[in-house]
Amino acid sequence: MTALLPAAIAARVVAAFPTVEARTSDNGQPWLCVPAAVVQAAGTFLRDQPDLAFDSLMDLTGYDLLKYPASPPSDAIAVVYLLHSLRHRHKVTLKVLAARADCAVPTAAAVWPAAIYFEREVWDLLGVQFTGHPSLHRIMCPDDWIGHPLRKDYLYPSEYQGVPHLRDGQHFEHGPKRAGQAIAPATPPAAPAPKGPA
Amino acid sequence: MTVEAITPSGERMQLNLGPQHPATHGVLRIVIDTDGEVVANCTPDHGYLHRSIEKIGECVEYPLFVPYTDRVDYVCAMNANLAYCLAVEKLLATDPATAVTVPLRGECIRVLVAELNRISSHLIGVGAMAMDLGAYTPFMHGIAQRELVNDIFEKLCGQRLTYNYVTIGGVGFDLHPSATAEISAFLDKFEVEMVRFNQLITTNAIFRERCAGIAPITAAEAVAFGLVGPNLRASGVDWDLRRDEPYGIYGQLAVRVPTGQAYAGRHGVLGDCYDRYVVRLLEIQESVRQCREVLKILPPAAAKANDPQGGWQADVSKQIRKPPKGEVHCRTEAPRGEMGYYLVSDGSKIPYRVRVRTGSFSAAGIFQHVMRGIFLADVVAVIGSFDIVVPEIDR
Repeated sequence: MTALLPAAIAARVVAAFPTVEARTSDNGQPWLCVPAAVVQAAGTFLRDQPDLAFDSLMDLTGYDLLKYPASPPSDAIAVVYLLHSLRHRHKVTLKVLAARADCAVPTAAAVWPAAIYFEREVWDLLGVQFTGHPSLHRIMCPDDWIGHPLRKDYLYPSEYQGVPHLRDGQHFEHGPKRAGQAIAPATPPAAPAPKGPA
Repeated sequence: MTVEAITPSGERMQLNLGPQHPATHGVLRIVIDTDGEVVANCTPDHGYLHRSIEKIGECVEYPLFVPYTDRVDYVCAMNANLAYCLAVEKLLATDPATAVTVPLRGECIRVLVAELNRISSHLIGVGAMAMDLGAYTPFMHGIAQRELVNDIFEKLCGQRLTYNYVTIGGVGFDLHPSATAEISAFLDKFEVEMVRFNQLITTNAIFRERCAGIAPITAAEAVAFGLVGPNLRASGVDWDLRRDEPYGIYGQLAVRVPTGQAYAGRHGVLGDCYDRYVVRLLEIQESVRQCREVLKILPPAAAKANDPQGGWQADVSKQIRKPPKGEVHCRTEAPRGEMGYYLVSDGSKIPYRVRVRTGSFSAAGIFQHVMRGIFLADVVAVIGSFDIVVPEIDR
């Protein structure tokens, strides 16, 4: 058991995958920016190299950067992989910054089966298409739900299945300004949200 | 579960277990394709209890989210409170200007209530598993003891289920003067009761044989599917965050970690349903011991709440208004395994993103894998052995 420092782990990954970038968050937490194209190869590398041995996927989640005060501003969806090695007891954070428009990331389900469920949740709430996923469909919201609620430009529906979400004919305004986003028109938008592969 | 028709051999039939079924521990639906009496495939259907807790987290200020964490897992709400508060404290600690030091007495009370809640949560877990298999009495014995823990909590913070007791910077109220004596008295009586409980069900040959060798999970599978907590340890993985990544005052306590060892004997396999059951019972014993250890080192109460030794609540009102910008991941050992919070802060008083990773979610993720090929009658045993709490899956 030899725990590597975050810088050493980053150096190992960057040496193997030159497109990976080592970065730090605003409060000094190190993370690796992985392009979507190499996420499967980098994941397999991190899992299988004996000195890295990241056998455990602690969490796979994501967040929308649209309203995050980053410089330069970005509208990407960050998919976050939090990895831990039970053998060496070290950790690493990977992030894939998926473009908002098509938002497709290869699945990590073949590397860590735990990702099957986590990716379904990220697809449901943030709308990231995990290509190659065995069963990518919604897990929290109903299958006919429109939109992905944790996106920062999400429109609150004014009704669902004919049940209005209004109080006395008025929109139910609540929450602080930042969360008080626009409410979707009563008729759903013409173009339905993209559906995951069956 | 109703079998409406007898199928000719070789023909598949679809059964719905749930969403309303006593053995699903909440509103969970599992669609089972049967091949005769064998489960050919099972598809869990989640979302009936989705309350958009992560979305709510992006709408309320940091301290106001604590009551919502109670609802993430109401069977061990103290641990759920603690997991979130530790994550916020870790976020504040990334900037020296906002760092918070929890008073020592506050830290001790946190561990005390967390371990008491672990006892009551595991009692529900093992009792409900026995009830799923048709043994109703052990559940009542478990519930009776859990009521006593709830009485302690009610006297402590006024609530019996959703406590909102652990706060950012400490705990909401100090222990009342007679609390330590009451907790000690409860622990003494409880140990005797657990002997009776074990005689009733744990060493019961019918129950043991019923669970032996059912749905064994190897250590490699458990790690790959992200199982955590007792479910992971039952497969023989020696890993406990309280010992291996100590938080709070766990570093000062002797944490012993029980793991699965094919306890069912002749027909037992490492990581089967009986191992998952026994590991929880052994953890209850460990929690009792830890509670006693904490009571020994508990410093006497000071007059002021923010006294570094005898206080219970650090003043965080300034820090919480301007937390540092950035992100943090913090995980704790809750009764159903690792409860991890991933917080992203944009520097305002409202979190930018609150992510909750819960133990039941990954336990549900392995259902499809372990249930293939087992008998239909064993499905409820497997669900019970994972000790899932559905609100924790759906959030």
